[in-house]
Amino acid sequence: MSTPHALALQAINVSKRFGALQALDQVSLKLRQGSIHALLGENGAGKSTLVKCIVGFYTPDDGEVLLGERQQAIGNPRDAHELGIGMVYQHFTLIPNMSVLENLVLARPHLPAVIDWKKERQAIAERMQSMPFQLPLDASVNHLAAGEKQKLEIVKQLLLGVKVLILDEPTSVLTPDEADEVLGRIREMTRAAGLSVLIITHKFREVMTYADDVTVLRRGKFAGSAEVAGVDIRQLAEMMVGSEFSQTALARAAVAEQPLKLGIDALSVADDSGMSAVHALSLQVKAGEIVGIAGVSGNGQRELVEALAGQRPPSGGTIRVMGETYSGRRRELLRHGFHCLPEEPLRNASVPRMSVAENLAFRHYDQRPFSLYGLLRRSRMAAAAVQAIADFKVRPPLPNAPIGDLSGGNVQRAILARELGEQPNVLVVANPCFGLDFTAVTEIHARIMAARNAGAAVLLVSEDLDEILELADRIHVMSGGRLVYETTPAAADPIVMGRHMAGHGETAHAD
Amino acid sequence: MSGDTIDWITVLIAVFGGAIRVGTPFLFVSLGECLTEKSGRINLGLEGNLIMGAMAGYGVAWISGSPWLGVLAAGATGVLLGFVHALLCQQPRVNDIAVGIALMILGTGLAFFLGKPLIQPSAPHLPALHLGDWSDNPALRAALEINVLFIVGVILAPAMAWFFRSTRWGLAIRTVGESDDAARAMGLHVNGVRMLATMAGGFLAGVGGAFLSLYYPGGWSEGLSSGQGLMAVALVIFARWDPVRCLYASLLFGGAGALGPSLQSVGVTWGYYLFNAAPYVLTLALMIAASSTRVRSGMPGSLAAR
Ligand SMILES: Nc1ncnc2c1ncn2[C@@H]1O[C@H](COP(=O)(O)OP(=O)(O)OP(=O)(O)O)[C@@H](O)[C@H]1O
Ligand SMILES: [Mg+2]
Repeated sequence: MSTPHALALQAINVSKRFGALQALDQVSLKLRQGSIHALLGENGAGKSTLVKCIVGFYTPDDGEVLLGERQQAIGNPRDAHELGIGMVYQHFTLIPNMSVLENLVLARPHLPAVIDWKKERQAIAERMQSMPFQLPLDASVNHLAAGEKQKLEIVKQLLLGVKVLILDEPTSVLTPDEADEVLGRIREMTRAAGLSVLIITHKFREVMTYADDVTVLRRGKFAGSAEVAGVDIRQLAEMMVGSEFSQTALARAAVAEQPLKLGIDALSVADDSGMSAVHALSLQVKAGEIVGIAGVSGNGQRELVEALAGQRPPSGGTIRVMGETYSGRRRELLRHGFHCLPEEPLRNASVPRMSVAENLAFRHYDQRPFSLYGLLRRSRMAAAAVQAIADFKVRPPLPNAPIGDLSGGNVQRAILARELGEQPNVLVVANPCFGLDFTAVTEIHARIMAARNAGAAVLLVSEDLDEILELADRIHVMSGGRLVYETTPAAADPIVMGRHMAGHGETAHAD
Repeated sequence: MSGDTIDWITVLIAVFGGAIRVGTPFLFVSLGECLTEKSGRINLGLEGNLIMGAMAGYGVAWISGSPWLGVLAAGATGVLLGFVHALLCQQPRVNDIAVGIALMILGTGLAFFLGKPLIQPSAPHLPALHLGDWSDNPALRAALEINVLFIVGVILAPAMAWFFRSTRWGLAIRTVGESDDAARAMGLHVNGVRMLATMAGGFLAGVGGAFLSLYYPGGWSEGLSSGQGLMAVALVIFARWDPVRCLYASLLFGGAGALGPSLQSVGVTWGYYLFNAAPYVLTLALMIAASSTRVRSGMPGSLAAR
């Protein structure tokens, strides 16, 4: 660690209000030169808002930002760049229809009026040598996997020669291995090149392993700050939620009657480009069991879930729910109590510009009591929404706000409130905890388990192996559009599973 | 037997010449629409720009005696309408499709109103290059009478592609068109870039209108445009937002539009109206083909996102 007093960046008493919501209230933070500083907090605590104020994406209502020891007016992200501050946003800001090279060049602040691509490519290829990650310059960003995109975002900032790097949840979409690679390299750079890093994460493990200092936010307020060496996970968790924190184990109840509720037979599904993504997949889920599908993203999971949700027509095979053929129609969803929580709920399960109350009413808006003789009764919807918001702790508790304005975790909660507000018969869940804080994760896991215990057939598709090992009764590994391996949490060997996930399993396990 | 053969060659030559003549306004409007859409905004009002441009271009050419001043004036009205479009669209909760339709109707109505005194007088035409003088086939000579504006358009299409690929401004427009958030994170002024792109697009559409009144079909009347401004939107989708493909697509549409008159010129009288409907049928077919997901590659992200 360098001298403890040299500060790379300092935010003092920053406040920001969105309409009625005080998103940040007098928050301060000190980033030491050459260190990694973690920013923790529940979903909606204001972490993203704080860093966006620092880089000038938002103008804070109050407070100031000091770079080194000098006060700096940062009016917009371009100013921040000039001052050597770079940020990787929570939601990717890469341009999908452009190549890696174009994205890298575009980020440069003083582009010449006419770009000499030959020269640019050569210069970047050369500088790429000294970067922690190597990337294919001509690949279109569309075709990069999530991990590669994250690396590209980071390389983009490093190529700009930033001295302060801000990362908003860089590891939420990465596998633990990828996260270790990315964070390990970044740590090397702070030690070797004097880079200072402010990183937002929900994962205590990453804070404890990689960060030097940590600041915790709670509902828009400063809740504490410490050197990582002097705190433990429990203390951090308590700072985050502001009360004594206790972890209760999930109770897995035995379910007596276990009729078959979801039967998938030889299902094939094509991806956007018409290529087969799921190949003749067969799977059964009984009442009162959670079947986990593990696997690295991009192996057909998304297409499988979309086919089950009725978003994507299968190219072959059948889906049977409660013994009847199922094609994802609304009537069938309602009749069979079929519920789905897809990944990226803001995109897949909500209409961002409609209000929380409206989004919550999607399942039953055309039935009593929400609708009478074909007319919607908004007061009933709002009343039901207030209740659901309270039950599922959606924050801020504003039923009339557009759902798109909620923080990522709160969108997830709101959609969960819709799908688990009534007991499902069949529940399909995909990556339910991406980007969620630990309280939310615990709670969502408990609710999924409760639905199972009450007799739901649950299909859990997740890239998080720990989550699958914790929740599932049976586990399948999906690779290359097929289920290649089956096991149970008790018998599961992570090394064997990892090999199957990577597509290097021995002979495929027939089921 | 041999008479038949010659007829078909004449038809082909006429369709070729027609493709250029009828295709030129398509080319300008579609390049304008392409530029606008690349910045993430759809301007359906270009039909209005086209007709306003035709009227203003004709009027100014008549008064000043210079067709080129007319072209400039036509472009200027396009800039003005583009400005209004951009200004309205950047207000919160305003939909660009609705604004476009409103401005299309406004532009058309205004042009008819202001253009009443222009129906009689005759303005000087834009000059053409006679590239077919070496031939003694009159049909070929007519077909190779190529307007200077077409040549400008042919140069403009690859120039615009280069502009998008290799200039700071071009990249800025593409970035804004791909994602508001990415552009803002880069410190770009999203509304400003869209404003300029819409105005420049309006200019091109206006110039396309001047071609209609100052060259082919020439003169000012209320039936001058037959929906080229709207069809250009379909054309841009078909061209997958690539200026060079806009050029090819314009020629294709132009050729389809020239089919009816060409057949009539060799004495095929049946199905005249049927052949005249060719560009519309083509538009319809292309729209259906374009709604398949595979064709959407190349679509600017902010357009695809809604
Ligand atoms: N542009 C906006 N308009 C209105 N409200 C907003 C806006 N951006 C954020 N908020 C609200 O401000 C609060 C803080 O949001 P922020 O995105 O900073 O949370 P966060 O701590 O980053 O959460 P997460 O871990 O879920 O990403 C949330 O309640 C959110 O709903
Ligand atoms: Mg956030």
